[in-house]
This record gives sequence, structure tokens and C-alpha cells, in this order.
Amino acid sequence: MAIIRVEHLTHHYSPGTPFEKTAIDDVSLEIEEGELVGVIGHTGSGKSTLIQHLNGLLKPDSGKVYINNTDIFESKETLQKIRFQVGLVFQYPEYQLFEETVYKDIAFGPTNMGLNPLQIREAVERAVSAVEIPSSMLEKSPFELSGGQKRRVAIAGVIAMNPRVLILDEPTAGLDPKGRDTILALIQKYHQQEHNTVLLVSHSMEDVAKYATKVLVMNRSQLYAYEDVDSIFTRAAEIEKIGLSVPQITKVFHQLAELGYPVNSNTYRIQEASEQLLRLLKKKGEQEC
Amino acid sequence: MLKDISIGQFFPGKSIVHRLDPRIKILLVFGFIITLFIVRNLVSFGLIILFLTVTVFTAKIPVKTVLKSLKPILPLILFTAILNIFFIDGHVLFRWGWIRITEDGIRLAVLMIIRIVCLIIGASLLTYTTSPIALTDAIERLLSPLKKIHFPVHEMAMMMTIALRFIPTLIEETDKIMSAQKARGADLETGGLMKRAKALVPILIPLFVSAFRRAEELALAMECRCYRGGEGRTRMKQLKLTVSDWVIAVFVTAFYIVGILMNLWIPALF
Repeated sequence: MAIIRVEHLTHHYSPGTPFEKTAIDDVSLEIEEGELVGVIGHTGSGKSTLIQHLNGLLKPDSGKVYINNTDIFESKETLQKIRFQVGLVFQYPEYQLFEETVYKDIAFGPTNMGLNPLQIREAVERAVSAVEIPSSMLEKSPFELSGGQKRRVAIAGVIAMNPRVLILDEPTAGLDPKGRDTILALIQKYHQQEHNTVLLVSHSMEDVAKYATKVLVMNRSQLYAYEDVDSIFTRAAEIEKIGLSVPQITKVFHQLAELGYPVNSNTYRIQEASEQLLRLLKKKGEQEC
Repeated sequence: MLKDISIGQFFPGKSIVHRLDPRIKILLVFGFIITLFIVRNLVSFGLIILFLTVTVFTAKIPVKTVLKSLKPILPLILFTAILNIFFIDGHVLFRWGWIRITEDGIRLAVLMIIRIVCLIIGASLLTYTTSPIALTDAIERLLSPLKKIHFPVHEMAMMMTIALRFIPTLIEETDKIMSAQKARGADLETGGLMKRAKALVPILIPLFVSAFRRAEELALAMECRCYRGGEGRTRMKQLKLTVSDWVIAVFVTAFYIVGILMNLWIPALF
């Protein structure tokens, strides 16, 4: 059963003024429970607008959003409940930290849910272990932490609500390569442990190829594709045409295949790539012997 | 949402009104306001309204936008009008219990409404047709005689420029933080006064933190480019008065004077 169902969603910014702009145009889509979806597209392609509809922060001009078969704009109460079921981590989430201690900040979401103190403690501890923050940090002020640590605390603040759908808008923006890998690995681990649905907005095809199970491509306010990672890169030429890059590895393997080498042109993970290359080199070595 | 607030919104354009030297524009707006409060006869008001209409159309500012700038002061207009209608002595037209309406009251009310509306439209025309940068630049130049008494004119102008520059940025930031906290279940819309005030804490603290961070970054960036205040600083775009600036200045001033002089010959509205 689809956990997220979007039907003919359309949204305009500043309607009725000369600055009117269509942000998303007639988007329909279904996302199954348990997927890790990579959301990709240019700046201004509508991906941020789309994800802000999924927990009702933005109201569509037309169209419907269903989470777990409930229309989220049915009533105010449903909307408030949906906010806890669909956790949304914004870009640069560390700028939303405000409490005196890390613990209190992570507890903000669960407190708003109306949990009792015991449940809150439990929720915070689970979130903290998910993002691997040492518990010695809990009593510190969030403003004392380093950039990467702040980001993890902010993500924990959303995870603590134990959402069924977790959406992250470019969680690695502005981090160094090591920080990126750590955060993405944490998200993947969290996804595998909780078996919930994760949407990961990213600019990097490499990251999407490495971590996601499905890819959602937005282009010019419209849904361009929503498919398995395996099948999306067979359309590499098309994807490059709309101005998005495919992973470097895929590019190399496409060219190798064109040159007549017996490789799978649809390779996008380093692991598979190195296996194929080794096999190829070995074969060549045997021939030369 | 918050984005739709227009504070001194600038409408880029290339009309005569846009190209007029900002110093002249500021002085003419001052002259306009003074004229508005001296003039008290119908013909002059007719001329002033005609003048405003012509300016709005030459500047190609949408009439809707001009009217929108009046919206926030609507309560003020109504308040003055009511005050004038009911509390001015004079020839009584209507009486019901302690409520009475006088002829003079109505006249004064109409006069005040015309004045306030023209004042707001005139002043907002200045901000609609002048970019904030040009505006502060002009203020700096107009106030430069004050340097003689060691008034920090340049610093004042720089502060104004920066403040204006950061209004949209901070509004956007507030929007973002509000969304982020709403996503964590913050309830900003319901509850009593105390609860709502408390609900603002998760928004105000990150906003302050980010404002300070931005200020620090900006200060650093300015110092990296050797900013040391106004002394010895030259400009890329020098304000220069052209012949057409002078012509417009003289013409409009003459128009104001004619409007004021009409007070002498035409009976006053009040």
C-alpha cells in the first residue's frame, strides 16, 4: 500500500501578482512504504515545494495529498497529526536550534506531541543513538557544538518524533566530504533499522545512486521520472539532456560499453564497477599469457 | 504569507520619475507635503490630485499597488474622519441624542482624508520609484552639511542601506524558521496570549542568532574589502544634476507655489 499518494498537485507562488510562478504543475505519484527515495532536480525545479506539501506546510492550489490514505487537508487536527507522521528536516536545519540544552531541543517535537516525560526521554534517547551523538553532549548548549554535530542534533530533533516518513532536504549541504558520508550512512542505517520511508533531496547523483532504492526526478515543475535506481540510469542520455549529471562511474561504463568492452553499461555503484573491471583485467591478463 | 508585506517596495523602471535625481525627488516630496498642509481650497486639491495621477501614470506604477499602500493606514483615515465629523463645533446638520454632525465637521473630515491619502501616495511614490541604495545615497548627500558639526552622516547612511538590504533576507529567514518549527509540531496559531508569546521563543531565538551571525559575517566581508568608514571614500556612481533635473525641479516647485497662492483668491474649504 502506498504511504504517500499525491494526485494532480499544483502550486503557484504569489498568485494574482506579476510575480506569479508555477512551482509544481500537475504532479501525481505514489510512494510505497519502506523505500529510500532520492529526490533530484535543479534548483527551482519544484522539489522543495513538493516536499513541503507532504506534511502540509504548503497548501496546494489544486490536487490532493494522501498520507496513509488520509487526506491531510481534511481538517486542522489531521494536519497537526500528519506533521508528526511526516518528519521534515529542512536545509541547514542547525539554524532552527533554540533550546538551552541539546536534550531539550531534541525533546521539542515529542513534547509538542503531548507525550509523557518517560516517553519523551525514551524518544530522545532513541533519536540520539540513531544519529550517534554521545550522551555526554546532551546537557551542553547546542550553540557550543561544531557544525556537523549541530546538524546531527537537528536531524535527531525530527527523528525523535518517530515519523513514518522522514524527509530530508539536502542534509549534506555545506558539509565536508567526510561529514557528508557520515550523515548519509547514518540515514541509511536508520532507514534499515526502522523500515520506514525516507525521502532524501540531493543534488548529487552519486549520493542518490549509492544510497537510494528509488529515484524521483523533478524537472521544470513537473515529475520527470519516478523509478528504480537500476532503471533510471539506463536513461542516462535523457537525464543528461535535462541538465542533470549521471554518476561519473556510469559515464565511464557507458563509454567502455560503446568501445566494445563486455561490461554492463548500467553500473552506478563503486563496488560493482570494481568487480567488473577486475574481471575484465583478469580476462585480458589470461589472454596475454 | 510574510513575503507579501511590502515595505518601501521598489518598482524598477525607466520613466522620467525613476530617472529624476533622488536628491531632487526627496526635496520635491518634502515640498509636496508642505504644500499639502498649507493648501485649503478645492481647486488646489484638484490640481494636487491631478499632479499625483499624472506622476503615477508616467512612472507606470500599477494603480492597484498604489491603492494597496493605503490599506495599512485605513484605520487611521477612518479614525480621523470619525473624530472630525462628530467633535467639531459649527452649524449643526443632524442631531440624535448626544450625537451631532456639523457641516464644518464634514468639511474638515473630507479635507483630512484628502490630505492623508495624498500624503501616503506621494511618499510611497518616492519609494516605489527610487531604489533603496539611491535613496540612502541621496540622504547622505543632502545631510552632508551636518558633517561640519561632526554628525556621522556616512555611517548613518550605511546603517540605513544595510538595514534596508536585510529586511527581505530576515523576512525570508523568519518564514523558513517558522516552517521548520511547525514541522516539529510547534503550534503558532491557537491558544491565549501567553501561550502564543511563548510559542514565539523557538522562532525568535534562532532569528536573533542568525541576525548576529550575518552581522558578523558582513562586518568581516566589509573589512576584507578595506572598508574604513566614509573618509576618503569615492563613488562609482556619482549623483549629478542634469538640465532635465533642474527643469523638473523648477517646474514642480512653481506648481506648488501656484497651488499655495490660490489660497489667496479661492475661498477655503475650511
